[in-house]
Amino acid sequence: MTQNTVSAAISANASQSSALQRFVWNFTDTFIVMRRNLYAYQRQPELLVFATIQPVIFLLLFTFVFGGAIRFSTGGDYISFLLPGIIIQTILFASANTTVGLSVDLSKGIIDRFRSLPMSRAAVLAGRTSADTLRGAFTVLIMVVAGMVIGFRFEDWGSGLLGLLLAVAFGYAVTWISATIGLFVKDPEAAQVAGFIWLFPLTFASSIFVPTATMTEEWLRVFAENQPVSVVANTVRDLMTGTVNPDEIVISLLWIAGIVAIFLPMAVWRYARVASR
Amino acid sequence: MSEDNAIIAENVYKRFGDVKALDGVSIAAERGKILGLLGPNGAGKTTLVRILTTLLKPDSGNTQVGGLDVLRQKQQVREIIGLAGQNTAIDEILTGRENLEMVSRLYHIPRPAAKRRAQELLEQFALTDAADRQAKTYSGGMRRRLDLAASIVARPSILFLDEPTTGLDPRTRITMWDTIRSLVSDGATLLLTTQYLEEADVLADKIVVIDHGKVIAEGTADELKANMAADFIDITVADPHETGKAVELLRPLSDESPQTDEGRGHISLAVGSGAQSIAEVVRLLDADSVRIAELNLRRPSLNDVFLSITGEEIVEEETKPKHRGFGRRRSA
Repeated sequence: MTQNTVSAAISANASQSSALQRFVWNFTDTFIVMRRNLYAYQRQPELLVFATIQPVIFLLLFTFVFGGAIRFSTGGDYISFLLPGIIIQTILFASANTTVGLSVDLSKGIIDRFRSLPMSRAAVLAGRTSADTLRGAFTVLIMVVAGMVIGFRFEDWGSGLLGLLLAVAFGYAVTWISATIGLFVKDPEAAQVAGFIWLFPLTFASSIFVPTATMTEEWLRVFAENQPVSVVANTVRDLMTGTVNPDEIVISLLWIAGIVAIFLPMAVWRYARVASR
Repeated sequence: MSEDNAIIAENVYKRFGDVKALDGVSIAAERGKILGLLGPNGAGKTTLVRILTTLLKPDSGNTQVGGLDVLRQKQQVREIIGLAGQNTAIDEILTGRENLEMVSRLYHIPRPAAKRRAQELLEQFALTDAADRQAKTYSGGMRRRLDLAASIVARPSILFLDEPTTGLDPRTRITMWDTIRSLVSDGATLLLTTQYLEEADVLADKIVVIDHGKVIAEGTADELKANMAADFIDITVADPHETGKAVELLRPLSDESPQTDEGRGHISLAVGSGAQSIAEVVRLLDADSVRIAELNLRRPSLNDVFLSITGEEIVEEETKPKHRGFGRRRSA
C-alpha cells in the first residue's frame, strides 16, 4: 500500500512535472532546505547566542568607547547615529555565515546528494540565504532592544520598522554575494577568511560608524559616500530617526535589486558546476 | 547497445588538468544485475560514478542511464537514480528520521507518504532505536546505513553505490553486504564500486576491473579467474629467513616469479597443475630440510588476477586517505 502510494507519487512527478509545478517546487524545495539550515541554529543554540552577543558588545564598545570622541561630529547624539549603522554592520558580518555554511556543506558531501536529486537547482542556495537572512533579522531585533536600553528612541515606529525591513532586505542581497564567494573558495578554513575580508573595507569606509564628511582623503570620502553600504545605511538611519526620503529609498532598493540580479544567477551558475570537494 | 542495459558508458574521457582520470572507459550494466567496478584508489571509479549520476560532465563520450541521455536529460535521470557517494551525504544536525523525510520531500513525495517511507526505511535498516537522535551521534556503520536508506527513498530503479563499505570494520562490512543484496532483490540495477576484491567477488554478477582510467578486464569473477590457467600454491615456511632459499628451490616449478612476503615467510606460487605440483613442493623443500608451516592449494583470487594484469597488488588494508579531488591521485 505504502509502496504503491510512493511509486505513484514518483511516477506522477516524473511524467507531469509541468512548468507551473516546477516553478512551485522552487519555493517548496527552498523552504525545505531553509528549515534544515534553521534546525542547525535551533540545535546549536550557543551558535545563535554568540552570534547575538558579539554585535551587542560592538554596540556597547562603540557607544561608550568611541562615542565620546565621535559624538561632536554627529550632532551630539551618537547612539541615534550609531544604532542604524551598526545594524547594517551586523547584517553584513552575519552574511559571512553564508560563505562558511555553504563551504562546510560542500566539504561534507551533502551537496552531492542534493545535486543528484530532482530538486530545484536554486533551492540549496536560496534555502541557505533565506535561513541566514532570518537569523540576521533575529539579531537585528536584539540589537534594537539593546539600543533602546542604552538610550535609542524611535521618532516614528512606522518609518522605523520600514528602516529595519530595508536593512534586512539589504542583508538578503548581501548573502547572495557571500554565497557566490562560498562556492568559489576551496574549503571551510579559507571560507572563514574569504567570508569576512571583503566586508571590512565596505563596512569601515562607509557612513556606518562615522559621518563620511570627516574622512580627510578626497578619494576615500567619494568612495565612502557613494558605495551601497553607505547609501543603505543613510537611508535606514533616516527612516529609523523619522525622516522619510523617497529618493533615497528608491536608490537603496535599486542597489538591493541590482546585487541580487547579479549575484543570484552567478551563484546558481557556479553551484551547477562546482564539484563537491 | 541493447535495451537490456540499464547503465551504458561508451568511450568516456575525463581529464583533470594533466591527469587523465578516465581514458576511454566503456561499461554496460545489465538491467537487474549488480555490476562491480573494481580498482585501486585513484583508478577513476568515483569520476565515472559522478559522471553517470549527473554530477560531473565528461570531456567526451556517450552515457545513458535507464535509456536516458545523462547529459541532455539530467533532471529525468535524477528521478530514477539513487546515489550513495563515497562521503556519507547525511546531515549530522538532523535526526535519522528528519534526514530521510527531507530527502523524500525533495523527491517531491507528499508529506504523509514521506513520513511513512521514512518509518519503513528506518525499520528496514535497523535504525528505529536511533531514529530520533541527531545523526552526529551515529556510529560509522549507522551513518552508512542511513546514507544507503536515503539513496533508496524514492525506490530508484538504478542505484549507484560508491565504495559503500570503505572504512567499515570487517563485521559491519559483512552485514552491509546483506543489506546491499536486499536492495537489488526487487529488480533494481546496481553499480557498485569497490577496492575490495572480496566484495566484488561476493556481490557482483559482473566485474569490470579499472586502473589508471582504463578498463583492463571484465567478466564474471569466475571468468576472470579462469583466464588465468594456473592454480596457486600458498606456502608458509616455518622460518621466515628461509623464504629466499625456498623460492630458489621452487624455481623449477613455475615460469612466473612467485609473490613473496619475506617477513612472514609466505610464498605464493603459480603452477600449471596444483595436484601434481604440491607433491613436488614438499619433496623439493624437504630435500633441503626447509620446514613447512603451512601449505595450501587454491584457485587464483581476484588479487592474483589483478596482479597478473597490472603488475600491482590491490591494497587490501585500510590505507585509503580521504583525499579531495576525484580520481586525481594515483596510488603508488
